[in-house]
This record gives sequence, structure tokens and C-alpha cells, in this order.
Amino acid sequence: MNKINLICIQCPMGCPLTVTIDEGIVTNVCGNTCKRGEIYARKEVTDPTRIVTSTVRVTGGDTPVVSVKTRTDIPKGKIFDCMRALKDVSVSAPVHIGDVVVSDIAETGVDMIATKNAL
Amino acid sequence: MISYDIVIIGGGPAGLAAAVSARQNGVRSILILERDKELGGILNQCIHNGFGLHTFHEELTGPEYAARFIDQTEKLKIEYKLNTMVLDISPEKTVTAMNRADGLFEIQAKAVILAMGCRERSRGALNIPGYRPAGIFSAGTAQRLVNMEGYLPGRTVVILGSGDIGLIMARRMTLEGAEVKVVAELMPYSGGLNRNIVQCLDDYDIPLKLSHTVIDIKGRERVEGVTIAEVDKNGKTIPGTEEDYPCDTLLLSVGLIPENELSRQMGIKISPITSGPEVNESLETSVEGVFACGNVLHVHDLVDFVSQEAATAGKRAAEYVRSSSEKRNTRGSGASDGYPVPVKAKGGVRYTVPMSITPSRMEEKQTVRFRVGNIYKNCYVSVYLNEYRIQHRKRQILAPGEMEEVSLNREQLLQYPDLKEITVKIEEA
Amino acid sequence: MYDVIIIGAGVSGCACARELARYRLNICVLEKEEDVCCGTSKANSAIIHAGFDAEAGSLMAELNVRGNYLMDQLSRDLDIPFRRIGSLVICRSEAELPGLQALLDRGRENGVPDLSILSRDEVKAMEPNITDDIYAALYAPTGGIICPFELNIALAENAFTNGVEFRFNTKVLNIEHKKDFYELETSDGVYEARYIVNAAGVYADVFHNMVSRNRINITPRRGDYCLLDKSAGAHVSHTIFSLPDKLGKGILVTPTVHGNLLLGPTAIDIEDRDGVNTTADGLSQVLEKAGRNVKDLPLRQVITSFAGLRAHEDGHEFIIEEVKDAEGFIDCAGIESPGLTSCPAIGERVAQILTEKIHPEEKPDFCGTRECIAKPSDLTREEYQRLICEHPAYGNVICRCETITEGEILDAIHRPLGARSLDGVKRRTRAGMGRCQSGFCSPRVMEILSRELNVSMADITKSGGNSRIIMGTSKDSL
Repeated sequence: MNKINLICIQCPMGCPLTVTIDEGIVTNVCGNTCKRGEIYARKEVTDPTRIVTSTVRVTGGDTPVVSVKTRTDIPKGKIFDCMRALKDVSVSAPVHIGDVVVSDIAETGVDMIATKNAL
Repeated sequence: MISYDIVIIGGGPAGLAAAVSARQNGVRSILILERDKELGGILNQCIHNGFGLHTFHEELTGPEYAARFIDQTEKLKIEYKLNTMVLDISPEKTVTAMNRADGLFEIQAKAVILAMGCRERSRGALNIPGYRPAGIFSAGTAQRLVNMEGYLPGRTVVILGSGDIGLIMARRMTLEGAEVKVVAELMPYSGGLNRNIVQCLDDYDIPLKLSHTVIDIKGRERVEGVTIAEVDKNGKTIPGTEEDYPCDTLLLSVGLIPENELSRQMGIKISPITSGPEVNESLETSVEGVFACGNVLHVHDLVDFVSQEAATAGKRAAEYVRSSSEKRNTRGSGASDGYPVPVKAKGGVRYTVPMSITPSRMEEKQTVRFRVGNIYKNCYVSVYLNEYRIQHRKRQILAPGEMEEVSLNREQLLQYPDLKEITVKIEEA
Repeated sequence: MYDVIIIGAGVSGCACARELARYRLNICVLEKEEDVCCGTSKANSAIIHAGFDAEAGSLMAELNVRGNYLMDQLSRDLDIPFRRIGSLVICRSEAELPGLQALLDRGRENGVPDLSILSRDEVKAMEPNITDDIYAALYAPTGGIICPFELNIALAENAFTNGVEFRFNTKVLNIEHKKDFYELETSDGVYEARYIVNAAGVYADVFHNMVSRNRINITPRRGDYCLLDKSAGAHVSHTIFSLPDKLGKGILVTPTVHGNLLLGPTAIDIEDRDGVNTTADGLSQVLEKAGRNVKDLPLRQVITSFAGLRAHEDGHEFIIEEVKDAEGFIDCAGIESPGLTSCPAIGERVAQILTEKIHPEEKPDFCGTRECIAKPSDLTREEYQRLICEHPAYGNVICRCETITEGEILDAIHRPLGARSLDGVKRRTRAGMGRCQSGFCSPRVMEILSRELNVSMADITKSGGNSRIIMGTSKDSL
């Protein structure tokens, strides 16, 4: 049995949550004051994910870099793999919002897409 | 002289939303003046996600959020001038501006919407002692260098101030390869959103030291280190708590100040608390026909609220233009129009926006936004008309970093006899 | 082999260079920093003193009064702002009145014109924000304010356009007196000159002691300052001094020529000749003591603080003379307050010493005037419109706090002895000197510097040397 402490981020309250895990299964969440806290805690301890945002270089455009993001959230443990995969990426202008800049970034199955136009 | 019905100063989130709203409320002749080379304002450098949950019910990045409004601006064929600096606005609403192509020029406006945003407080405002080497950046300056130009302003970083920009930059610098050693916060609580503390600091094991500040900066040419110490309740350094942090960069995220130099020049009354114009229910400043919205009015933490507020300013400016072209016979200063009732901030509420309301001129539902001066748990947000309490809502927590609001009902205000003041206050349970 | 090498490109060195540029001489100024005006000259009270402080009969008194007198013409010739706003020395009790009277007497003996002692009511009428405790004040209408950067830069530019060479990033390591010349070992090789002017500020004793057995000693005396936003600039309209004490003239409150309000300095003797770090104690002293003479100071309007070092010589006197046991080596040492005021007279004095030795020919084509960077704020609307038409860069505002355009920054970079760094641009144009303290404009000024000087962004510095602003590119270490 394993206990993990978290701060809930669902509202400004910031409840201190304690999640009990037994053999990979959440058996208890306490410290939360509402249902949203429990949902957050379960997800955060079993499958924490984040959207990653960064930039990549652009050639031939009106700007040296263009901002990008993972289209959906990716496993938290893959964040730096994702950053390293972006290191040498360079795209040619024009780039439009939503264009895929790197597909299946760091084998997450998620595409990295542009969040700004570079014309 | 060229003339427009509405001239909007600033093409960031506030200016764009105000323009769109003014057009949707029937004004054709609108001009946005933007000093940068593109519309979107500070959102262009806020490449992280988390924008738009209220407005679009999805999580967008800053540039994507801006693009939604820029697209509308283009579709509605709203005119704008880029790379254009406004130098002066006269009380008669003559706007003097300048750019490379047109040189100096004047524009006559029927109504002006101020949407200039805010700027960051600098080191000087904090009187941090020490040397003055390269490597001290406000968090926003670093954000621009990293996110728009692809540079790394430093490799080992200490951040002073836990405002949202500082927290966001802690994560951005870490992701881009820098080591963020610590975030120090003078206050016993963070000024940033909880979500940012967890996702920007905790995710990367960056310590947050509350009640700590930078008391010395070392390095003559480039920053070589800073000294951080704990402070007592009065903000005084506690001897013996000093700790040296070798680093090459100090980022400051120590507050934002509404940028009201133009407003001051034109004689607009500025609130000493918000550093923004004092406005009435229409978000109209002390100069008739001049409206304000967004961070120039008071510093927001969520852009969604900026857009909402700006839409109100745009709508009200449109109404003003319409009524002034109807020779102001429906609205104006006539006695039947009622009188402004001050909105008082008391008992832990630092300020309210608006600061006065003329019930007959307010919309059916009027949002009053406010901030509290401390952390309050299990308390009530109350609204009084004179001595009579009309709202008393339980809140589990209120924090200075989060803007709050109450909603007032026009009928209720109109019905109240001899209304002298409206009070918003925090009451203990 | 140069005729004259001047060590130090502060106000003293540059004033000497400009005076000597009147003659057919090969002159070179050696400066260890990347620009002029990087030491004591850049961090001081920016005051043109009337001249009642220095001991009657001292060289300090003589050059102060002479420098003050020369400043009108010099500021016109060099096209720099200078305003005689007058100064007030505040006395807060009858007991202090003899001290004030002594200053008046000394001032008169020094030849300071139009001094008078004003009553409480007279002062109150002139300065409504003066402390209510005031008893009387010494009024010196010839006191003034100036921009020390512009003065220093203008002197250097004018010397340069009249043929004086400047070598930056050139630190003098050793000086050897050869038979009839001096050999200077520097960080940039060996330099030789027949005559040396030692205008090295807090380092002047080091160089003096390399050539002379009669040692002098200079102590860096640090002063912390706070600068307030322009919104506070009209809080007082004169320079407000306290009655002087042993360590100097105390904390003053003064408007600056650019409309800010300046408070300071403290006076702390230190050992480190580069110790320009402010301290918490120093800054709180400034804020506290400034408030004794002037009430309701808007201290929340502080936009920056800084510290400067006065080159305090043990005898508290200017040493401007040929060193007795080192012929041809002219000291310009111990130049602390009122050094800025005195600099035109210091230049004259050094030029006089050297011309009496060398008897050089005058240059008929010497031109003692110089034009400042065009400031759109000084132009009429029509003139400004024309300027933008001809040079669209003047329509592009870069520093929004001070409304400084790209045109001014380009001029600052490309004019004689142009700016090479952010601070260089700042001191020439004021870009970055406003309330946001370069937060907004620094990336833009960096881009302009990078483009115009054809160097990479990574090599743009705040103030030369290792003061790079960017450490790399994103992800370069991943």
C-alpha cells in the first residue's frame, strides 16, 4: 500500500489530497472537499498527462520561431522526450495554426501542431 | 483630420474584444491603433495553454486565443494600424499617433477605448540591493526572448516573485534546458494560480520559498549569484536565514502595473489602488466618452475576463456613439437619468470595478469584479445596498491571486429607495 | 608614440582631451571600459554646484566656481541640457544658523555670485514641499543640474571629431618612465607617449604611485542613490541640500534635467575600487534622510537605484599638477565632488600645464561645437513630420516610457564614438531609462544593435566585457 500527497488544482482552494494506492489501484482519496478533487486525484496518480508547449525554428518566415503544442495531453514522463525531439526541428514558412509540425512526437501517438501563423 | 466613431488604443485581447463588440453593436467606423507589428498583444508570447476555458470551452494557447479574435476582427473588416504609437489623447478625444509610414497624424474620435494593457514592475521598484549586471530580466522580457525569438536568456535561474508569469517562465526555462533553482516569494502565499504552482513548479521539483526575498545580487558584468533570505511579517529580513544561490540569471515576476501614462496625460482620474482609471457601470472613465477595459483598467489573471470586460466596454462605447449622434436626447446628464452610486470596497475587498453605478444606466445584470487583500477561508462575500444586505454567499476560499465577482440586478437597485452606496465586503462565517 | 596619452574617459579625461584637441598634438585616450562615462562620471548627483562648499583658497573652490561659470557656454557649444535651477541648503534650527552663515561667507569668498539667506517663509514660497521644520536656507541661484552622461559623451565626441583617438577595452597595467617618454603596458599592447594625463578616477593613485615616490592615496567613497519616476520630478524645483557634515554634503533631493527626481548619496568609504553595489542599509538611509528635508516624497515611485564611487583623496583636494618626480606626468587626481562641475576648468588647467611645457601650435580648424542626437520632443510638429518623412525610423518608437525612436538609436550607434551596448544606447538616448527600466525595449534595442553592428544577438552586451544578455538558444543543451 502506498500513499501519495497531492495539491488539488481544480479550484483556488488547493485541497491537500491523500491518495491511497494498493497494487496499482486507487483504494481511497481523502482531503478533497468536492467530487472534482477525487477525479483529479485518481487521474493524477494513475495516468498523469500534460499538454506540452514550446517553439520550433522557422526558415523563410516573418519570425525566427513559431509556437507549437501537443494536440492533446501526453504522459507526464514523456515531456522531456518530447522537448528533445523538437530540438533539431525546423519548418519552412508558411506555417498555419493547426499545421502538424511533428507527427507522433516521441512515440506518444500525439502530433505536435503549430499554434501561431508564420508567414 | 481623419475621424472615426471609436478609436481603440491597443490591439491586444482587450482592444480586439472591444472592437468586435462595438462592431456587433452597430458601429461601422472603428480604428484600432497597435504599437507592435502584429495584433494580439502579450498573448503572442504566452505560448502555454490554459486560455479560453470560459470563452471557448477549450484550452487554447495564447496565440490561438488571440487568433480567434484577430480572425473576427478581419472578418468584420475592422480597421487597424500596426507599428503605431499613440503619443497623446486630448480631452476632446483628438488622438495623436505616429508610425513610419504616416509620420505624425491626428485622428478625431467620438469615443475612445483605452486598452493599453500593463507593464511589469522592475527591480528598481523593489529596491533590491546589489550590483546591476546583465542577467536580470523581468519575467515577461525573458518570455519574449524565449518564446518569440528562440533565445535562452540564462542557464541557471532564480526567480523572484510567484506571479503567474514567473511560474510559467520557471517551466518554460526548464523545458528549454535551463535549471531553475528556486522561486522566492516575499508574501506568505503565492500570487499565482494553484494550477501553475503544481504544473510549473512541482512537476519539475522547483522549490517555492514563501516569505523569502532576494537581498543581494552579485556579479559585476553578468549575474553570478543572488542571496535569498526569509522575511518576517513586516517584510524585514530575518538575520541568519541568508542563503547564497549561484546563478547567472534573476527573473523578476513581482507584479504588473496598468499602463496609464496616456490616461493621466488626458486628465483621467486614476485609482490609487488599481492604478487604473476609475470607471462607472459603463466602464467609462472620468472623461466622458472615454472607456477602459482589460489590464489597463485593473490587472486580470484570466484573459477570458478581459474579453468579457472589453466586450462590455465596446458595447457601451457603441451606445455612447449612437446616443451622441442622436444629440444625446435619450441619455445624458438629465435628472431623469439617475445619479451615480459609489461602490465601496470594504472588509478585505481591496477594490471594485466599476467604482460607481447609476442604476438606471446599468445592464439588467451588472458584473462587479474585485480582489481581496488576503487569503480568506470559509467566509462570506456580501453585498449591501446602504445598510441592507442583499447578497451573502458562502465561499470556501478567497485569494489575492484570483479575481472575484458579484452580479447585481438592475431591478433590485432601481427599487431600493434613496440608494447612497453599494458595498462589497468579506464577512467571517 | 603619442604626444599625450590620457588615462580614463570620464568627464575629467574627456574635458582634458577636448581642451588639448585645440592644438596640433597626437592625443590618445585609453579607457578600460567599452565606452566613455563608465565610472564615477556616470553615477553621481548630476549637479552643477554653485561653489560655496570647498575651502576658500583651495583649488577645488577655484575650479568649482570657474567650472560653474563655464558651463553656460559649454552646454551651448556641446548642445546638452543644462539648467540653473538654483540650490537651497536647509537649516532646521536657529542653532544651525551659524553653519549656514559660514557657508554664505565661504561662498562669497570663493566668488559665488548672488548668494543669500532666505527665511522660512521665503523658502516655503519657493518650495512648498520643503519640510515644515525649516528655519532658514542658503540660496544659490547659480546652482544647476546637468546630464552627466551627455556632458561626458559630448566632450568625448567633440574631442574625437577634432582628432583625438580613443581606445576602449584598454586597461593600463603598468607605466614605466623611460628617458623622455612613458611606456604603458596595457591589455591591448604597449602604448608610448611623451606626456601622460592621469584622469583615472578611483584608480588615479595606482597610476600616480607607479611613477612617483611621493605616494597619494585615494579611497573609493560609495554613494547610493534612488531615482524616482518623472511623475515625481516636480516634487521640488531646486536642488535641496542639508548642511554639510564631516563626510560631505549629505543626502540631497533634486530634479534632474530629464524631469526625474534624484535622492542621494550616502557616503561609505570602501576598499573595492569597483564596488558599485548598492546595499540595503544604504538605500534605506537614502530614503529616510531625503525625507528629512522634503516632505511627502512619493517613495513608491522609485524606478531604479544605483551606487557611484567618489575618488576621495586623503587631503580632500583636487590634485592637478605635474608630478614632481615624474616629468611629463600630469595628475588629475582626487576628482570627487564638485568634479563634474569643475570638469571644464579641469580641462583648461591641464591644457595650460601642458601647453606651457610643449608650446604646441593651435589648430586653426578646431571646431568646439557639436550637435546632440536629434530629439523629436524638441522639434515643432512640422519639423518632426519632415524628419520622419526623410528618415522613417524616427516614426518608430522603440522605448515607450521615454518615447525614444529607432532614428535616435541609429544615430547613437553611428555617430562618432557610437554606442556598442545596451547601456551605451541608454546613456546616449535614454532608451531603457524610464519607468519600465528597459523591460520592453531591451530586446528591440538588442536587435537594432545586432543588425547595425553586424554582430550576433549572443554577442550583444549590457555594458561590454562579459555582460552578455543571451546565454544561448532554446533547447541547445537538451
